Amino acid sequence: MQALYAQLLVGLINGSFYALLSLGLAVIFGMLNIINFAHGAVYMMGAFVAYFLLNYLGIGYWPALIIAPIVVGIFGMFLERTMLQWLSGLDHLYGLLLTFGMALIIQGVFQNYFGSSGLPYSIPDELKGGMNLGFMFLPIYRGWVVVFSLIVCLLTWYLIERTRLGAYLRAATENPALVRAFGVNVPRMITLTYGLGVGLAALAGVLSAPINQVRPLMGADLIIVVFAVVVIGGMGSIMGSIITGFTLGVVEGLTKYFYPEASNTVVFVLMVLVLLVKPSGLTGRAA
Amino acid sequence: MNNRVLAVLLAAALPCVGSSAAFAQDKTIKIGVLTDNSGLYSDLGGAGSTLAAQMAIEDAGLAAKGWKIDLISADHQNKPDIATNIARQWADVEKVDIFMDVLNSGVALAVNNVVKEKNSIMINTGAATSDLTNAQCSPNTVHWVYDTYMLANSTGQALVKAGGDTWFFLTADYAFGAALERDTTAVVTKAGGKVIGGVKHPLNTADFSSFLLQAQASKAKIIGMANAGGDTTNTIKQASEFGIVAGGQKLAGLLLFITDVHSLGLKVAQGLNFTETFYWDLNDGTRAFSKRFSDRAKNKAEPSMVQAGVYSGLVHYFKALEAMGGNPHDGAKVVAKMKEMPTDDPLFGKGTIREDGRKIHPAYLFEVKKPEESKGPWDYYKLVGTTPGDQAFRPLSESACPLVKK
Repeated sequence: MQALYAQLLVGLINGSFYALLSLGLAVIFGMLNIINFAHGAVYMMGAFVAYFLLNYLGIGYWPALIIAPIVVGIFGMFLERTMLQWLSGLDHLYGLLLTFGMALIIQGVFQNYFGSSGLPYSIPDELKGGMNLGFMFLPIYRGWVVVFSLIVCLLTWYLIERTRLGAYLRAATENPALVRAFGVNVPRMITLTYGLGVGLAALAGVLSAPINQVRPLMGADLIIVVFAVVVIGGMGSIMGSIITGFTLGVVEGLTKYFYPEASNTVVFVLMVLVLLVKPSGLTGRAA
Repeated sequence: MNNRVLAVLLAAALPCVGSSAAFAQDKTIKIGVLTDNSGLYSDLGGAGSTLAAQMAIEDAGLAAKGWKIDLISADHQNKPDIATNIARQWADVEKVDIFMDVLNSGVALAVNNVVKEKNSIMINTGAATSDLTNAQCSPNTVHWVYDTYMLANSTGQALVKAGGDTWFFLTADYAFGAALERDTTAVVTKAGGKVIGGVKHPLNTADFSSFLLQAQASKAKIIGMANAGGDTTNTIKQASEFGIVAGGQKLAGLLLFITDVHSLGLKVAQGLNFTETFYWDLNDGTRAFSKRFSDRAKNKAEPSMVQAGVYSGLVHYFKALEAMGGNPHDGAKVVAKMKEMPTDDPLFGKGTIREDGRKIHPAYLFEVKKPEESKGPWDYYKLVGTTPGDQAFRPLSESACPLVKK
């Protein structure tokens, strides 16, 4: 029973990465209608920027939590301005192919310069060590990841669903021409939204840098699972992706305990089941 | 009339003379480095393997003696089907004489068959599976650097001797992991230890915390990592986070490369024990080679044992061809010659190639230095034990290789 509690908690930790990443994807898909396959690559860039900040500029983990998402977010906005914006109104497939290609190029460039086996990044001193919860040894850093990403997820949800800015955004997705008629600069808003989604991915990258190796392919390994999370939660649904992210982390954690060989397929089995029963995802509305 | 007959006879005989002369003077060699140029193993093989081959060609000085040597390389993307296609094309169209590196056990076993069918040569320096010189051995293949049997034997035995008599395995869920776990279990049990549990994890797992918690709960003294590359580095990094080593359990890296230690950093990797057959800082010979290598390598990296093996294997291949006076383009024949001659180079020292294709040389048990013991980048290992070549690898008496006469 104790082992089970431990696995539940560990699953929750992984779930927080899924939630942060799928949240960014959901924001981008919901507002821009782009299936952003470059999400894994920008997640990786977030981790790398944290590494550069530390090793070339001596800037530690805490500032990196803010700087890295901004830097990568600006890079994302640059991509949106120069390339993605020309695809609005076209079939989803175009955006998917373009972002997939960008992901391959970004990963290739990083791999060329930094190799494949990764770079070290250690846990900040303030969060080192762990505490004994009785049923498990919880590294403090992992606890921090859960709490922090939960807060970020809820803030993002609040921003989009409950504020005036979020209302503009949602309106611009529904009917851009009308919103523009009210004097709102819709293209700029879309660029900023893409930057926000990319920044969230980069934030997840910084959070994961001390846990995983900072590797060029770290995002490529994760992105497929995250897409499954988004599909299960319902494409474009903000709260859906947050809840599904955490839930699937837990489901995966339990699988790792009961039948580890299946732990990287269980998410996809669930995806198939959900698509069979409710094709628009758990919280999505039928198109 | 007589003259005409004579002319016809002469005309018929001339090509024979011509071809036998061409055979004696055929001094062309084509080398193909088939490796992972872009994936997770590209640091330990990849461009570094091609560089090592280039250095072997330059050092052999055969060009001055009238030989013409071509070097090509390709990326097999760790996919056996892609590797097999390239191998066939290289054998049929490019007329490649010898395949070098060929890391990844799955790829190696697939290419092994093609090489045998085309009577080409493979000097495998990167793959781990000991099947290459056991059940799947071939007269065209030499397995140069290391294998799962040797790793298990050296690391496993040393750790049990040091008191690590209960084991828990974290095993990558595919052929290589299973082979490594199987071979290590045999060694541990034989030495009086006990395996009390294990878990098979999918290849390319990012998060090992669930598995590490299970290993922690097992209270085993040794946690054996029967995995490789990113899986191993992630396990080590996260084990330190969960306080596993601080709690008294010891991690055993069954397959680790210097590139893994480099990417982990000494703070995390210190104290790990594992086995390799080459380290750049072993002796004057290895240091001299490695200095020249790292000056030309990307990011000034020191050579891995896989890359060092490419150099050493080619040096021996060239010696065999020189002794034969030309290249017969007959793989089995050249490999037979290579097995006849003792090997000797500054990287792996003196050695032999056994009839099953196994290259024999000593295995070194290393311990990763503490950060304060290291003098700088790449100064990572302390030598803690050496297994002589004749004891390091699977004895011929246990071999299932059909080439071994019993």
